[in-house]
Amino acid sequence: MDQFALLIAATLASGTPLAIAGLGLLINEKAGVLNLGAEGIMLVAAIAGFAAAFNSGSDTLAFIAGAAAGATLAAAFGVLVIWLNTNQYATGLAVSLFGYGFSAFVGLGYVGKKLSERTPFEVPGLSQIPFFGPALFKQHPMVYIAIGLIAAAMWFLYKSRSGLVLRAVGESPESAHALGYKVRWIRLVAVMAGGALCGVAGAFLSVVYAPLWVEGLVAGRGWIALALTTFATWRPVRVLLGAYLFGGVTMAQFALQGAGVDISSQLLAMLPYLATIIVLAIISRNPTWIRINMPASLGKPFHPGA
Amino acid sequence: MSQMNKRTLLGLTAAAALTALVGCGKKEEPAAPAAAAPAPAASVAAAPKPEPLKVAWVYIGPIGDAGWTYAHDLGRKAVEAEFGDKVQTTYVEKVPESADAERVLRDLASQGNKLIFTTSFGYMEPTIKVAQEFPDVKFMHATGYKLAPNVGVYDASFYQDAYISGMIAGAMTKTNTLGFVGSFPIPEVLRNINAYALGAQVTNPKAKVKVVWVNTWFDPPKESEAAQSLINGGADVLLQNTDSSAVLQTAEKAGKFAFGWDSDMSAVAPKAHLASNVVHWGPAYNKYVKDVLDGSWKSDRIVWGTKEGVNEVVKIADAVPEDLKKKIDEIKAGMKDGSFEVFSGPIADNTGKERLAKDTKADQAWKDKVDFYVKGVDGKVPTGK
Repeated sequence: MDQFALLIAATLASGTPLAIAGLGLLINEKAGVLNLGAEGIMLVAAIAGFAAAFNSGSDTLAFIAGAAAGATLAAAFGVLVIWLNTNQYATGLAVSLFGYGFSAFVGLGYVGKKLSERTPFEVPGLSQIPFFGPALFKQHPMVYIAIGLIAAAMWFLYKSRSGLVLRAVGESPESAHALGYKVRWIRLVAVMAGGALCGVAGAFLSVVYAPLWVEGLVAGRGWIALALTTFATWRPVRVLLGAYLFGGVTMAQFALQGAGVDISSQLLAMLPYLATIIVLAIISRNPTWIRINMPASLGKPFHPGA
Repeated sequence: MSQMNKRTLLGLTAAAALTALVGCGKKEEPAAPAAAAPAPAASVAAAPKPEPLKVAWVYIGPIGDAGWTYAHDLGRKAVEAEFGDKVQTTYVEKVPESADAERVLRDLASQGNKLIFTTSFGYMEPTIKVAQEFPDVKFMHATGYKLAPNVGVYDASFYQDAYISGMIAGAMTKTNTLGFVGSFPIPEVLRNINAYALGAQVTNPKAKVKVVWVNTWFDPPKESEAAQSLINGGADVLLQNTDSSAVLQTAEKAGKFAFGWDSDMSAVAPKAHLASNVVHWGPAYNKYVKDVLDGSWKSDRIVWGTKEGVNEVVKIADAVPEDLKKKIDEIKAGMKDGSFEVFSGPIADNTGKERLAKDTKADQAWKDKVDFYVKGVDGKVPTGK
């Protein structure tokens, strides 16, 4: 039973960076911009966050630095694809490659450095409950903030007026433009917000999760977050569930291996991907549902007055 | 309309420029040390000195990995320090174990490098292939087994360090459960797991080893997750055969013990760190460069070890009892003079089958074919069947 509680706890921590980055990409895509640069943005934010945490000792500053670095790189991407109308796929890939090289270059001095001691966070009172305490209430605050962010995004996208405008820009930029909305600026803000969230996820990996800096630390999680957004049919709550499912199956397969279960580890390593695809494909199997949720102008450039 | 086209063109050009910039940046990186080197070499050329021997290294990872590739690069620096202007060294980082490796090797050979070190198991076939095209260039391949007239092989005895780590782990565990984060189930890694278990049984007959495979050499968050999962399952002393310090740092966070691997990692986890298993390629590289310089190089396979100081366990923590440290020194001395062999019979696998008979010492052929867990390791070696 204790083992199971620890498995749940590890699942929540493992899914959190994917959920935050996936949410950021969802906001990008709801505004009609596909950002394949997520991996590079997360890497640059990871080193920015690590450097901030190393020099200041504060996690809060680390997340702010990560978010700022993510938003800055995303803004550069945004200017290229929104104003100069560069191809979103090619530019995104370039940002990924750039982020990899740049983070490795600026992070050279931080390889093998150690962050100062942290006192583990516990939710007062609740963490003492047997089973549920160790399973749910002894996490880094960012794990709870991630759930809050998902709820906030749901409210923003579907209940607020600004959310409606953001979605309009992603569905039909021409109509939004005709109504007098500044399509390009709205897209830029969405891209920067998405970059900031990817940045928080990157900083979480280097400051809380690993916690260390080394070249290529993110190791493909940006791409997983991108895939998750699509498989979750652009619904925030499914991004969260998909992230937890992915994290949960990853941790469960390690637990099975450790218990000496006789299943090939190569097969087990494949399971998180397989399970996430199958489950999300089943819950999203309705084609109308996908058509309604997929931003109609995703990846298409917008030319005002064209 | 035409204005829009121009804009699109402009934008595409900008994106292409960015891509090109990134592309160039990556390619220039490895070339930089080579480009920097000719300046002093040119001034030397005025004096009637022989041309420096050009030596090149091909790395699988970045030299900033703080582990495997970093250790090879320290070896390259040792060669520079030893031979000075008699050699001119170059390296290429992050070369995939694919057709790219062949291209890089061919480039290096045509640029006049006379000795080329290929430092990952997956470079074996490309090395053999390119070596046929350049018979006057010597190639040295790390951790492989295929020889050719101008291809030699070198390796280190990492399992000796894993054995000593096991001895420490057996003494330090409170749960009698040790953990191992494995990369891929190949003989080299299985030797380390088995040596870890055998070492642990010396100091603690009840010690068991649990193994978790991550199927990658390098993915720090995943290495952390595997370590966390072993800790959740009751393991309290961890060893890994992966390239980052994530396992050690996870142990530090959880208040458990672990070891450094490939390089000295004592600084990242002062409380969890029990010892670091390091590899110094310097002595091996110096010998090969010297052999090529004086013309005595010949194709062979050498497995270097504790004896030559190529691999060793360093920075054993203060928490480790003094009498155990003395015992370790005795074992080390035995490894140095050849009287002690980690894999000495009888050795049974974890199904009870005898794998090495009583009173026999394992030879190289036996070590090359390890495909089982010894008694005391939980589970079954993943075979894909």
